Amino acid sequence: MPLNSTRRAAALSGALALALGVSACGSSDSDAGSDETGTEIDCAPYEAFGDLDGTTVTVYTSITAPEDEPHIASYKPFENCTGVTIKYEGSKEFEAQLPVRVQGGNAPDIAYLPQPGLLQTMVATGKVVAPPQEVEDNVDANMPDFKEYGTVDGTFYAAPLGANVKSFVWYSPQMFADGGYEIPTTWDELMSLTQQIASDNPDSKPWCAGIESGDATGWPATDWIEDVMLRTAGAETYDKWVNHEIPFNDASVAEALNEVGKILKNPDYVNGGYGDVKTIATTSFQDAGLPVLDGSCYMHRQASFYAANWPEGTNVAEDGDVWAFYLPAMTAEEHPVLGGGEFVAAFADRPEVKAFQTYLSSVEWADERARTCGSGGCVTANKNADASLLENPVDKLSAEQLTDPNATFRFDASDLMPGAVGAGTFWKGMTDWIIGQDDQTTLDYIEKSWPKS
Amino acid sequence: MAPVTLAALPATILPEPLLRAESVGGKFALMIFAVVVFAVVFGLVLLLATLFTGRRGEQVQGALFALPVVGLLGVGLVYPALRTINQSFKGRTADGPYSLENYATMFTSPDLLVVLRNTAIWVVLVPFLATGIGLLYAILIDRARGEAFAKALIFLPMSISMVGASIIWKFVYEYKQTSRPQTGLLNGILKLLGFETRQWLLDVPLNTLMLIVVMVWIQAGFAMTVLSAAIKAIPDDIIEAAKLDGVKGMAMFRYITLPSIRSALVVVLTTIGIATMKIFDIVRTMTAGQFDTSVVANEFYNQIFRYNAPGIGAALAVLLFVLVIPIVAYNVVQMRKEA
Repeated sequence: MPLNSTRRAAALSGALALALGVSACGSSDSDAGSDETGTEIDCAPYEAFGDLDGTTVTVYTSITAPEDEPHIASYKPFENCTGVTIKYEGSKEFEAQLPVRVQGGNAPDIAYLPQPGLLQTMVATGKVVAPPQEVEDNVDANMPDFKEYGTVDGTFYAAPLGANVKSFVWYSPQMFADGGYEIPTTWDELMSLTQQIASDNPDSKPWCAGIESGDATGWPATDWIEDVMLRTAGAETYDKWVNHEIPFNDASVAEALNEVGKILKNPDYVNGGYGDVKTIATTSFQDAGLPVLDGSCYMHRQASFYAANWPEGTNVAEDGDVWAFYLPAMTAEEHPVLGGGEFVAAFADRPEVKAFQTYLSSVEWADERARTCGSGGCVTANKNADASLLENPVDKLSAEQLTDPNATFRFDASDLMPGAVGAGTFWKGMTDWIIGQDDQTTLDYIEKSWPKS
Repeated sequence: MAPVTLAALPATILPEPLLRAESVGGKFALMIFAVVVFAVVFGLVLLLATLFTGRRGEQVQGALFALPVVGLLGVGLVYPALRTINQSFKGRTADGPYSLENYATMFTSPDLLVVLRNTAIWVVLVPFLATGIGLLYAILIDRARGEAFAKALIFLPMSISMVGASIIWKFVYEYKQTSRPQTGLLNGILKLLGFETRQWLLDVPLNTLMLIVVMVWIQAGFAMTVLSAAIKAIPDDIIEAAKLDGVKGMAMFRYITLPSIRSALVVVLTTIGIATMKIFDIVRTMTAGQFDTSVVANEFYNQIFRYNAPGIGAALAVLLFVLVIPIVAYNVVQMRKEA
């Protein structure tokens, strides 16, 4: 397997870097402008768990180098005041390996689960330990919107951690200025802008998209449907759809799919820089938005984390090379936001684990995360975090969306659905849909695959 | 899947830091530890074996030598196999009551039927294409000038890993619009000849055939080497006798070469057949099973690790097991005949 060798190479280069004294975290530390020891925090909340000095908590996540360094740095204040050592392990095979480790009696103390669906699977094994009351209090105070996604069958299990916003359209401010285009504020404006761009620019296309992502191919298209579903059907119907209270081939879903098809399946509108509609299926999600830079594509709908995919040297800012606008709703007043995030699940109930869970759900951690952020992607689900600490412009934009009092936040539907659908037939169905399968067949196929029990 | 109780075993034997072996030093320590354990077990077996002598003693010695192998096979192969078979009958998530549900799903769900169809296409095409090409090549270059070089040329792909070969071929098939500079070799040639470029890995059933090309490319070298050796082993007197009888060309091949290398042909065909049946790397690397290209081995990985349906995954694994049995049995019978 290539992954093994990559990991081995990574470990080796890590050891080399240490040996040569080239600290990998040096740059992120200086970016954050904090010293080695981190910020001092009030230790009282964690002293309640007893004397923890000398204990260790293992953390297993899907966040690997280089994004793991700022994460590790954000644990410093907790480590300093409690004497607990946090052992961090990131793996790209996280989703496949975690169930094996948990079933094999080799579970980590804490895992960051990127999908609530995975949390449900883990809870079903009976190995997940509910967090202490302190964590639940913190979540109630700091991230009420996300709480239900960390809850399984009425029991609260996992506190939210990081968060991202998916309802963004990436564009080039310069190209919009040159064409005299305005940022659309309603769905109709977005569609007429699309038409306008298509007729003004025969050599480029208004949209570019790509859903290829290895064995996860198809997921960017599911985000499209979810975002539009939130807009055409509303949050309540969206929730019913997620919970299978309406069938997957319901008329409301068909309407959303049809609306997405007006863009993604219209050869006049896609696929800027890559070719016809079918190229969406084979263009990797990492590459998909890049034609925005060379002018062959005007708009690319993708989450806040796409900021990391622009080539080095790209100025990602409101007045820079690329920037993002909010994917408009039906009316300018509505403000649905689609997003995702990770959740902290514990597999041990030792006091130091509980203390660390409490720290991760605190405002202190969210602020420290922003302070030690480095290259961006440090928005947390924490509403009471100090947003001014975020330095990255995309992070700021995302935090604005998440804390907007008018916003209706909804979690990525495919992450909430059972794995067989949300990480299986929904992805596959959308991929087949892109390469020519019609709307009804696609929806019927996904509906049929929904697990009976 | 890793057996539940056994997976926890290493943690109870090995101290935690050694088990994880995160540092370079730790990895070396783990390696030395493993070598020492091996040496101790080996030494113990030898020591015990010397204690027994005589006719009876020889039998005990034999049993002693077989013990570690039998033990490891039991733990690493037989137990997991039985467990997998057991799981395949216990419903989708492998924890329900016994039923044939998973097998019913396997043969009725349209998705899985496509998977079975693809595996059938692979198993029919790859062994015969690879062996055919290898045989033709072996005959053509036999005793020709530059034979060693020609052999090395077709044998080289064997030394590339499946994943490496897949990545190389992914570049060969890469698609760009006709109007843009081409990075894929195949589309580059198409464009040069004035045709439209096309998406090789998108259209059914062309995409499966394109993946099969990669496997044939890798395996033809293996077939060629074995068959070439077999051809060279045909005694010269048989060939000369045939020549004296006026046999030549196709007749020589049909009546002399083919019967003489029959057993080598069977070995090559069955070996490639088994390798093809469990094909995983090429499909996962090149299309990840998208666009109706998935095969059984790729699908059972998906079912277990992505869809949380270990029962269906186990059923697919059992199917693969059942399909391989006749080939292995045939191979064993052939080898018996030889011996």
